[in-house]
Amino acid sequence: MFDPMANAPPLWSNGPTPGSFYNFPGPQTKPNDHFTHSQSPVTTATSIVALAYDKGIMIAGDLLASYGSLARYRNCPRIMEVNDNILLGAGGDYADFQYVKSFIEQKIIDEECLDDGIKLKPKSLYCWLTRVMYQRRNKFDPLWNNLVIGGIQDGTPFLGTVDKLGTAYTDRAICTGYGAHIALPMIRDAIEKKAQPLTQAEARALIEKSLEVLFYRDARSYPKYQLGIIDQDEGVKIEGPLSVSQNWNIATIIKSV
Amino acid sequence: MFATENAYYPDYSTKPIQHSFSPYADNGGSVVAIAGDDFVVVGADTRLSAGFSIYTREQNKLFPLSNTTVLGCSGCWCDTLTLTRILKSRMQMYHQEHNKVMSTTACAQMLSTMLYYKRFFPYYISNILVGLDNEGKGCIYSYDPIGHCEKTTYRAGGSAGALLQPLLDNQIGQKNLTKVSAESITQEKALAILKDVFISAAERDIYTGDNVMINIITKDGIKEDNFELRKD
Amino acid sequence: MSSIGTGYDLSASQFSPDGRVFQVEYAMKAVENSGTVIGLKGTDGIVLAAEKLILSKLHEPSTNRRIFNIDRHIGMAFSGLIADARQIVEIARKEAANYRSQYGTNIPLKYLNDRVSMYMHAYTLYSAVRPYGCSVILASYDENEPQMYLIDPSGVSYGFHGCATGKAKQSAKTEIEKLKLGNMTCKDIVKEAAKIIYIVHDELKDKNFELELSWVCKDSNGLHVKVPESVYADAERAAKQAMEADSESDTEDM
Repeated sequence: MFDPMANAPPLWSNGPTPGSFYNFPGPQTKPNDHFTHSQSPVTTATSIVALAYDKGIMIAGDLLASYGSLARYRNCPRIMEVNDNILLGAGGDYADFQYVKSFIEQKIIDEECLDDGIKLKPKSLYCWLTRVMYQRRNKFDPLWNNLVIGGIQDGTPFLGTVDKLGTAYTDRAICTGYGAHIALPMIRDAIEKKAQPLTQAEARALIEKSLEVLFYRDARSYPKYQLGIIDQDEGVKIEGPLSVSQNWNIATIIKSV
Repeated sequence: MFATENAYYPDYSTKPIQHSFSPYADNGGSVVAIAGDDFVVVGADTRLSAGFSIYTREQNKLFPLSNTTVLGCSGCWCDTLTLTRILKSRMQMYHQEHNKVMSTTACAQMLSTMLYYKRFFPYYISNILVGLDNEGKGCIYSYDPIGHCEKTTYRAGGSAGALLQPLLDNQIGQKNLTKVSAESITQEKALAILKDVFISAAERDIYTGDNVMINIITKDGIKEDNFELRKD
Repeated sequence: MSSIGTGYDLSASQFSPDGRVFQVEYAMKAVENSGTVIGLKGTDGIVLAAEKLILSKLHEPSTNRRIFNIDRHIGMAFSGLIADARQIVEIARKEAANYRSQYGTNIPLKYLNDRVSMYMHAYTLYSAVRPYGCSVILASYDENEPQMYLIDPSGVSYGFHGCATGKAKQSAKTEIEKLKLGNMTCKDIVKEAAKIIYIVHDELKDKNFELELSWVCKDSNGLHVKVPESVYADAERAAKQAMEADSESDTEDM
């Protein structure tokens, strides 16, 4: 026989369960629908060492990109020639640096396309990158880098840095990562001891020494590096791969107690 | 054998690396301001640091907003950069819309609302705004990061703020003194105390040192001064 | 003119009974009102030349350019409404930038041409929009191969060895056909291009004009740039001499 109850919905379906709210039909959004962003760097580059001398700027960084403690990629340049007046060096996440590099390159192409003779200046790029890094921090999706910007503006050398939060400052000498602990005190000492600004040769010697000491002590460093120079007279160039001079003779004398 | 978990050798840990991102940094720095009848002095050290690193020894933290208003900032430097840039443009917009320079009192109110606007993602800055009020008297406004504002005649803020405020209470506010002078403070005395308290702060606070930038604001404009602190 | 459309010319989304889209044809008219632009392909690159009509003596020279850079290796010249053309330039630049960010290489001109012509064609399909009032020439020299396309307001595009658009496109085409483009280099073509612009310029109707010359070729390392000043001066001089010789022979005939 026909049973009128066979296909009927259960009694009181969709009605409020006693003691709870009515279940509205339609898609339900869960309160924990949220994005998770990268919260740590993956493939990383270590210190950048940079300083201003009397006629320009020097920026050095080694060629290693580490994967944790693994020396994963050993030919990763991270000094960038932005235009004939700006150098950019980067430490931290290498993928993020490549992203930064690509959008700066496109910015330069856009500028060239306009063909109005106006060229990006070091301070402008520095300020702009400060804003980029700060906006990414506000989105809780930071670009995990320390960026060092060097160049010559209005006849004077300029050196500035921005970190992943958008913290930015300028100085005569800037080192990031372990360089800030190991190389920077050495460099500041040399600058203070000499009343006048350093010459290019002195700056180079100082950078070479810094990279050597860093190579001895920073386990994520590498003896192959690039050196970017912007000089009032010689223009911009990136030298390298150069080698860190090493002397391990002392290692044989050390005795563990 | 290696212990599976050893806090001293994070590289040998078998747990996934936890590296949480914090959008804030404490970059240190102290600001001290003292107001008188027709002047106000404000000083800020020039050390920018994070943890045990000194980023730079030459960072000015005083931002002149007009001929009679100066803002001193310490705390999270990236927030300071952003806030002061927005403030600068707000000052310019006010000037263009009203055809006059914003007064210190108006500026103080604006800063408060700007800070509160970011109530749920605050600018982590200890702000001290100083200037001359509409009668030409020195005035100081101090803020917490979310916009609470208090008008005072002397204030210390930043990393050595808690250290210096009681000192100022005693030396300028004449608190806990038996012999209280009724005379108002002179510019010379204010400057001398300002320098002394910074020297004291540099002794005890590692985030304060290197140099002090001082702005002296009178009806004639802003005068700059500078003196050295210990650099270790 | 007003009776031609008979009601079928009010919208780009409607055909006339004999199968025409009048709005598109009117857009072509807008193109024909503007200065002549030509593109010539040589063995080692491409030369673009434009006759920029100067409507007022008060205009500053070298403003309102008719030739643009789209990317380092791509140039675009247009005839028609400048404001419309600038919008095409913008989207072409975005396409080029987007391609680079995706694939890390220069955008191939064939691909850019497809994208831009599709975009222009889309503006011939809907009643709410009007077609672009400009024709554009795209030129590149990539991997030792010169390429050039001309896109019309209809969204139709063809590849060309030599093309012309604007006021005097017919006479310019006739002049171009006289050239042996297949075995000429850009150095020679620049002079011919300048000559053609000078020849087709109508002195009676339009008094002043500025010659614009750009190239993208082996000599410019594959970059699209304005021709160097010395090359420009030589080309302009050659063009003016040719014109003088021409007018002298005319008077002799009389």
